[in-house]
Amino acid sequence: MTPLLEARELVRRYSMRRGMLGRPVEVRAVNGVTLRLEAGRTLGLVGESGCGKSTTGRMVLGLEAPDEGDVQFEGAPMPPPGSLPWRRQRARMQMVYQDPLGALDRRLPIGVQVAEPLQIHGLPADATRVHALLRQVGLRPDQAERYPHELSGGQRQRAVLARALATDPVLLVCDEPISALDVSIQAQVMNLLVELQQQRGIALLFISHDLRAVRQMSHRVAVMYLGRIVEEGEPDAVLHDPAHPYAQALVSAIPDPTRRGNRIVLQGDPPNPAARPSGCAFHPRCPLAVSLCARQAPALKPRPGDGRLVACHVAQGEAAPMRKAA
Amino acid sequence: MAGAALVEIRDLAVAFDRTPALRGVSLSIGKGESLGLVGESGCGKSVTWLAALGLLPGKARVTGSVRLAGQEILHAPPATLDRVRGGRVAMIFQDPASSLNPVHRIGRQVTEALQLHRGLSGAAAREEARRLLDQVGMPDARRRLDAYPHELSGGQNQRVMIAIALAGQPELLVADEPTTALDVTIQAQILTLLAEIRRDTGMALVLISHDLGVIAETCERVCVMYAGRIVEETRTERLFAAPSHPYAQGLMAALPPIHGPRRPLAAIPGSVPEPWAMPPGCAFAPRCPRHVAACDAAPPPLVAVTPGHCAACIRPGAVSARAPLSPELLPA
Ligand SMILES: Nc1ncnc2c1ncn2[C@@H]1O[C@H](COP(=O)(O)OP(=O)(O)OP(=O)(O)O)[C@@H](O)[C@H]1O
Ligand SMILES: Nc1ncnc2c1ncn2[C@@H]1O[C@H](COP(=O)(O)OP(=O)(O)OP(=O)(O)O)[C@@H](O)[C@H]1O
Ligand SMILES: [Mg+2]
Ligand SMILES: [Mg+2]
Repeated sequence: MTPLLEARELVRRYSMRRGMLGRPVEVRAVNGVTLRLEAGRTLGLVGESGCGKSTTGRMVLGLEAPDEGDVQFEGAPMPPPGSLPWRRQRARMQMVYQDPLGALDRRLPIGVQVAEPLQIHGLPADATRVHALLRQVGLRPDQAERYPHELSGGQRQRAVLARALATDPVLLVCDEPISALDVSIQAQVMNLLVELQQQRGIALLFISHDLRAVRQMSHRVAVMYLGRIVEEGEPDAVLHDPAHPYAQALVSAIPDPTRRGNRIVLQGDPPNPAARPSGCAFHPRCPLAVSLCARQAPALKPRPGDGRLVACHVAQGEAAPMRKAA
Repeated sequence: MAGAALVEIRDLAVAFDRTPALRGVSLSIGKGESLGLVGESGCGKSVTWLAALGLLPGKARVTGSVRLAGQEILHAPPATLDRVRGGRVAMIFQDPASSLNPVHRIGRQVTEALQLHRGLSGAAAREEARRLLDQVGMPDARRRLDAYPHELSGGQNQRVMIAIALAGQPELLVADEPTTALDVTIQAQILTLLAEIRRDTGMALVLISHDLGVIAETCERVCVMYAGRIVEETRTERLFAAPSHPYAQGLMAALPPIHGPRRPLAAIPGSVPEPWAMPPGCAFAPRCPRHVAACDAAPPPLVAVTPGHCAACIRPGAVSARAPLSPELLPA
């Protein structure tokens, strides 16, 4: 079966300049990401802040062109940006952003903004349709008249979700879709997304820092570190028994109401995409790193034994772990 | 406790276009204390602090009292408020990308705060800005001083906001969702940093967050808000062990589990009542599994259920049993 979405070896570089006269430095925001997503399924994408999740999301939607690699949607390459087929395709894939205030136009009431994609794609955009969309995400029809700054953070995020759902998309890239919502509304939105997925077969790329939410939503989970996927598998496999040392650190830091204080904090400097460490990008902070890790970048491949996809020499049994003193 | 309060808020009420958003909130924070604020989206957590610091638009009608170390700051002259904000009391806002100025480099935005509140300028300010960015875990801080907000990731912008807030060495930091855009390892790093600063400087912290785990690990005391009021207040471990208000109990039940079978989440049914059509009694009554006729008589006052544990409920305590939702909503 052709997957709905297939991205191969995506690379995205930005250049960053220090000062007016500084030499531009290359930032490799995404450095070889391969992923596939079937219709009606959810891939959870987690990882360190700044590791390239949002950039990956923008590339799979064709909002930003990769510098290397390619994206296929329903087995065909992305049409050129701006063309008619591209616009038609855009209606079928939508993004829900991390920062709802930035995603909304502060000069327009939200009802107008929910109607906008309907008008752009020539769909009926009357008040009834807009109100139905607002209700679907738990907003009241009267709130259509409100401006973004007149809504709470969570209400704004629901408006963004209503707008994304307007054109009946088959693919939704959700970039931190629930982080602005309280737990009870988060639960409502997650239930809603799962329900919509089951009714309409929507595929979700679910980017989140909330590992509980990722477990709840996903069929598969991919863990990113500094522009690459370092582990991928079933949610419970990855979240209960992570194989990659970064994934282990991530899982150990999940906030837990029943635990107080003393969480494991990663040592070492946060990674700098402008100066990728040699070999495995995680090795300077890795408690298990051996000399091989500094020399050679590990490939993402099935681990002998259980076939878990992991990019780590130690987890693959290619090197014996070395325990550093704590 | 009342005598030692750093900030004392009494009967704070806010209305927009005659529609009440905050309906009488009273709370106090002692020197060096950490207080968590949780509650339904739209219940007034942000507005409480925007009102207290004089940051709401002119059309907002604000009443009540806010005292900082005994001095009234509500409706204080702009010059007084300018000195308080970012100085004695700093606030990290929700929506980091939109609170930063998009046309200025982040280094300039941090050094401006250092100039304003600590009189630093030139190379000293720049060096201190770099140190602050390092401290909040910004990779390659020196070079990122010259970056614009759009050149940073969501979490990196959030860390810039934290650095700006810490620039004035505040006595109270009001952090509105400070770690929502951050992954759990950086979040752990920021929370550890805030704990260290609190230990070293005695800074008090108000943490507004939807993440109950973060609140549990960071705060000594919690207030749960619903529809513009505080409905429960107690020590943190007590809230998690024995929530009393049915809304607080609902929040605990809605948290997705990290172990065990995946089921549709126990979302609290319904939504917050329209602000202009508030029920005559308890605002949570229409959604409450323990609702009885007496709940509709008047809004229940916040009273002690046990010493140091208050709830605004006439039938506090009993754990609610909620029917599980239909199991077909599971991810397969
Ligand atoms: N326009 C840009 N110019 C320069 N660097 C950029 C630009 N956009 C992103 N970056 C850099 O690329 C890296 C990846 O950014 P991205 O927004 O994809 O991260 P993320 O994984 O979504 O992080 P977060 O969880 O904090 O949102 C970051 O280091 C960021 O600073
Ligand atoms: N400038 C404004 N004009 C009109 N209404 C407003 C304004 N600012 C806030 N409100 C309303 O006041 C109420 C409280 O908002 P507030 O931002 O404090 O919520 P919150 O508890 O912080 O929610 P969240 O968790 O979603 O951030 C909301 O119903 C909101 O719509
Ligand atoms: Mg992002
Ligand atoms: Mg808020």
